Amino acid sequence: MVISGALDVATTASIWPQATKFFSETDAKAVEVDADGISYLDGFGAGLLLDIQRRAIPRGIRLTVSGLKPDFQAMLEPFKPEGYATLPSTSKPDAPLVDSVGAAIKALIADLGAFAEFTGEISRALVYAAFHPRTIRWKDVYRTAVVAGADALPVIMLVGFLIGFVMAFQSAIPMRQFGADIFVPTLVGIAMLRELGPIMTAVGLAGRSGAAFAAEIGTMKVNEEVSALVTLGLQPVRFLIVPRIIAAVAMTPFLIVFANVAGLLGGLIVFMSLGYPAGMYFDQLEQSISLNDLLGGLIKGFAFGFVVAAVGCMRGLQTSTGASAVGRSTTSAVVTSIVLVAIGDGIFAIVYYYLGF
Amino acid sequence: MTTPDSIIQVRNFTAAYGNVKVIDDISFDVYRGEVFVILGGSGCGKSTMLKHMIGLYEPAGGSIVIEGDDIVTAEGEARRAILRRFGVMYQLGALFGSMTLLQNVRLPLEEYTNIPEEAMNLVALTKLDLVGLKDFAGHMPAEISGGMQKRAAIARAMALDPKILFLDEPSAGLDPITSAELDTLIKRLARTLQITFVIVTHDLPSIYSIADRVIMLDKRVRKIVAVGRPADLRDNSEDPWVRQFFNREAEAAQAS
Repeated sequence: MVISGALDVATTASIWPQATKFFSETDAKAVEVDADGISYLDGFGAGLLLDIQRRAIPRGIRLTVSGLKPDFQAMLEPFKPEGYATLPSTSKPDAPLVDSVGAAIKALIADLGAFAEFTGEISRALVYAAFHPRTIRWKDVYRTAVVAGADALPVIMLVGFLIGFVMAFQSAIPMRQFGADIFVPTLVGIAMLRELGPIMTAVGLAGRSGAAFAAEIGTMKVNEEVSALVTLGLQPVRFLIVPRIIAAVAMTPFLIVFANVAGLLGGLIVFMSLGYPAGMYFDQLEQSISLNDLLGGLIKGFAFGFVVAAVGCMRGLQTSTGASAVGRSTTSAVVTSIVLVAIGDGIFAIVYYYLGF
Repeated sequence: MTTPDSIIQVRNFTAAYGNVKVIDDISFDVYRGEVFVILGGSGCGKSTMLKHMIGLYEPAGGSIVIEGDDIVTAEGEARRAILRRFGVMYQLGALFGSMTLLQNVRLPLEEYTNIPEEAMNLVALTKLDLVGLKDFAGHMPAEISGGMQKRAAIARAMALDPKILFLDEPSAGLDPITSAELDTLIKRLARTLQITFVIVTHDLPSIYSIADRVIMLDKRVRKIVAVGRPADLRDNSEDPWVRQFFNREAEAAQAS
């Protein structure tokens, strides 16, 4: 076998398949590689020669390389062909489906356990804070409340308005066919107050504040600021989490009220465009919805606010090291809290049903 | 000092991540007023050792007694009392990013003392003055350089006048001049305030400049392989690997 010319990234690409094919097909017991004509050799050329050497070994071919220039010989020196018998695979083998399902369920259970434990820890801290209100960092509560509450108003109200508007519009068309469009206010009112207002606010809160909590606390974790708190004798739960939870829980009902008002306003506009007077809209609302509908939604709001804030903070504290970890925590905070809010809403629906609320 | 006064006693200490032992049954003392350096190659567990000493991790075995109380078993108020005895400077400073330097230093004072508002500011400012950052009191951590952040972190660690300061890799990420300035600061604080320093580093120039005594960990045996003054270890150690480390030689140089 004769190899000659300049062996670099471009030339090795064309002769590599030939060389490997030769070694997988040949019956020869001994091969002499004439390397006299190699005028240039870099890491790729050396790799090719190494590949030839290692392929010869399992087939019992006695390989001699002759005429390789001493400079090039030195480049091959550090590599032992025997050590390259098998190459590590760069792609992970796919785990069997059963394994991955099992692993996912195990992770889910562990996660639920962590959340339960974390909820306990938070509850203890909140009870302690309730009896020692002076230990609460009110400045942080206020600052978080402004960001999570007041600053969120425009987007929450806009979304609330559009939902009310679209819901009224979409339902008015089929209802009108049955002459039932007079019930549009009832539909918008009940749906908004009982379900959509709280849910939509919780989702908005998860996207804005839950993600922010996870990112802030996660970054602090990565920067060892959380460790610094611990060694200063300040519990991260009291210091970082209690203020955020108080702020989020306190702000959520207000946000829901504003979302509800905006949604009803959206419904009103559609209703008036159907040719009804505004007074009729409010009459209908008054007859069909009660204070219980509003309160039911607000009670949910407290729970959702707690879940979103707690999940955001927990994901933040769970952040491992590295820059990508913060991103993962943030994503996970939003996804987990939306899932938990949806589950929680289902539970509330059942409980309210049996309570006749 | 004829009989050195031991301030920290580490006994039969073992650290593990899961089932993997990182440090296996070591014991040592830190003496009052000295600059004590824990060193070793990358991955030998020196940062792990420090994080156990400041109570962040729970050891797999052994005790770490700081001024008479074991931080491993202490809980609640007793633990807080031990935490008050030392300050920590983390590798990246770990200043609270949403607070000014003065607020950072003030925080431990707010939490632990009842001195008047203005007095707190004054005390915090003196700590910043000690590390040469008095004029930067109103700056945010992100607005100052890495070396300054580390100095501010030392000021925060000193807020409650601890007897012991733990420093995690003070020279990491600093240029040689800034690093030397930090060494000067450490020596000055050790001398004037009689603070005991426990420092984790592998930066040789700074070890020669500041360390009274070093212990050296080796990841292969997971134990202490050398104890003593750095210059002694460099010149007189029996262990060729220790001599190599202190003379900054590569392993291959030894083999050939």
